[in-house]
Amino acid sequence: MTNTRKGKCAKYFEVALYPVIATCLALLVGVIIMLVTGHNPVDAYLALFEGAFGSSVAIAETLSRSTPLFLTGLAVAFAFKCGLFNIGVEGQLHVGAMAAAVVGCYLTGLPAIAHIPLTLLAAAVVAGIWAGVPGYLKARFRTHEVINTIMMNHIAIALVSYLVVHVFRAPGVIPRTSTILPSAQLYRFIEFSRLNIGLFMAMIALYLIYYLLWKTNVGYEIRAVGHNDKAAECAGINVKRNIVMAMVISGMLGGLAGAERIMGLHLSFIQGFSPGYGFEGIAVALLGRNHPLGILFSAILFGALANGGFRMSMATAVPTDLATVIQAVVVFFVAAEQLAKLFIKRRKKGRLAE
Amino acid sequence: MNLIERIFDVTIVMVTIRMATPLIIAGIGGMFSERSGVINIALEGKMLFGAFSSVAISYYTGNPWLGAAGAILIGGLIGFLHAVVSIKFNANQVVSGVAINILAIGLTAFLLETFFHVSGTTPTVAKLPVWGGFSPIVYFVAVLVVFSHITLFYTPFGLRLIAAGEHPKALETAGVNVIKIRYLGVIISGCLAGLAGAQLSIGTMSLFVEGMTAGRGFIALAALIFGKWTPLGILGSCLLFGFTDALGMRLAGLGIGLPTQFIQMLPFVVTMIALVSFVGRARPPKAIGMSYQKE
Repeated sequence: MTNTRKGKCAKYFEVALYPVIATCLALLVGVIIMLVTGHNPVDAYLALFEGAFGSSVAIAETLSRSTPLFLTGLAVAFAFKCGLFNIGVEGQLHVGAMAAAVVGCYLTGLPAIAHIPLTLLAAAVVAGIWAGVPGYLKARFRTHEVINTIMMNHIAIALVSYLVVHVFRAPGVIPRTSTILPSAQLYRFIEFSRLNIGLFMAMIALYLIYYLLWKTNVGYEIRAVGHNDKAAECAGINVKRNIVMAMVISGMLGGLAGAERIMGLHLSFIQGFSPGYGFEGIAVALLGRNHPLGILFSAILFGALANGGFRMSMATAVPTDLATVIQAVVVFFVAAEQLAKLFIKRRKKGRLAE
Repeated sequence: MNLIERIFDVTIVMVTIRMATPLIIAGIGGMFSERSGVINIALEGKMLFGAFSSVAISYYTGNPWLGAAGAILIGGLIGFLHAVVSIKFNANQVVSGVAINILAIGLTAFLLETFFHVSGTTPTVAKLPVWGGFSPIVYFVAVLVVFSHITLFYTPFGLRLIAAGEHPKALETAGVNVIKIRYLGVIISGCLAGLAGAQLSIGTMSLFVEGMTAGRGFIALAALIFGKWTPLGILGSCLLFGFTDALGMRLAGLGIGLPTQFIQMLPFVVTMIALVSFVGRARPPKAIGMSYQKE
């Protein structure tokens, strides 16, 4: 028994090794970029670390920044498990956020215990339908979901922009909807921080998706389609239905991410509220190897980079966009896994030679 | 004058051509990459790099021609990076493309602040001259379409490119280096996408705005599919998308109904409809998306 446990540990270690190497290499590339552009990388990373983890409020804010990333990362990963690349999470997040803002604001007279679930449900349903469209187009017409989800990102962002500017606009300079009712707001449990119970919601989602994918028939079918759709078809699995379903569930997760931002952080839909949570989800999922546990860690990493980035840019004049650059490089290295493997092989060879 | 005449005049033709130009260049760039067997979802990012580098170079040298040349060069470099990751290290081609797009957003914003100490928009720089109402790049497009049509279908290089995307093994058996052909395809796509970006920043405007490509790289990709991976098809579909843009602007200019957000949506909606109604008949290169390794 100890043997199998050891085997399992070794397996986890191996699985986690590439992402860790990729992250280190990306941070190293960040150093090089800073050196080339005349910034001090040591000061910058120290400020970044302090901004992300320097105090309990900083940690809470990092977790707050990570909260939508747990969900968008999960959304991307879930679609990946079915062999689909959902680049449309950003759009799904936007329509979900708008749905949450409207239901949270205009559905009156409900206690929080009913209002909060209804608001979340509205976001999930609207975003699920939104993501279901490219899923259906893929299943029915075989048009590529990558292009359709990208197109629908642009459509979604323009659509919610129309809604916030022309339909639900509250008075003020910045286009935003009216503040949602207290009964739809997610409780903030740490003083001076906007971290809210949405964090626990995201944790539950991580576990539920893990359970769904690996412990149920539904998940088995979805993974079978992702693994080899032709073989799945031969085994009697309805591939088309699974494609649509995977996209709908993926979209629902994206919608929930948007809802959390509205109900816990901004308390109204503000135009341009998302710095790209949906796109960050792609990096989160890839670095987390499409596994809920991996997503947990990679979402915190990217949340820390983004949250600490503010402190970094104030303290050292290194633009916050460095966090985005590091993210992109991480995706590169994870994508080019063989590159990382090259490093490991060399090390192993060196060891053998000793 | 009736409404139809007020909408369809010489100006709308010119605006159509102007809007279609970057799409055609990027689309044909994408064609070289996809024909060789490498999916090019990174057109958007490569265009953004081109748009930024042309402005930066024009700013420092005062010469927009150098800016355009620099955009081609930087685009080619990014294409090379894309090629190394996708071809040499067998990365998933869609994922590596996404990485380029994220990198473009982050790095252009980072450099914008580092070079110009502002965020959002660069100062205005010298733009390319206007010849007969168009930037010189527009005339280049006419040459490009004809040239790439001939190259693709009537030269050894073009036929090898097609073979690399259809049946790489057979090509290798015939003694041609598939890897080299694919590298060339992806690098050419980077050069052209970079130029397409320069057309946006120093061809039509004279500055760089963060994220100014605004999805055009993706529309170019859709036009590539809609145009069945041929230069003439890409020309046609890009003109259609350009016309959608021009029509939207004209309607807005005449104050007819549609809010701007719906006009912004229009090309994306048209793209989706076009793909659903026509893509069934278009067939992508057989070996697209598959990494190739010598045996």
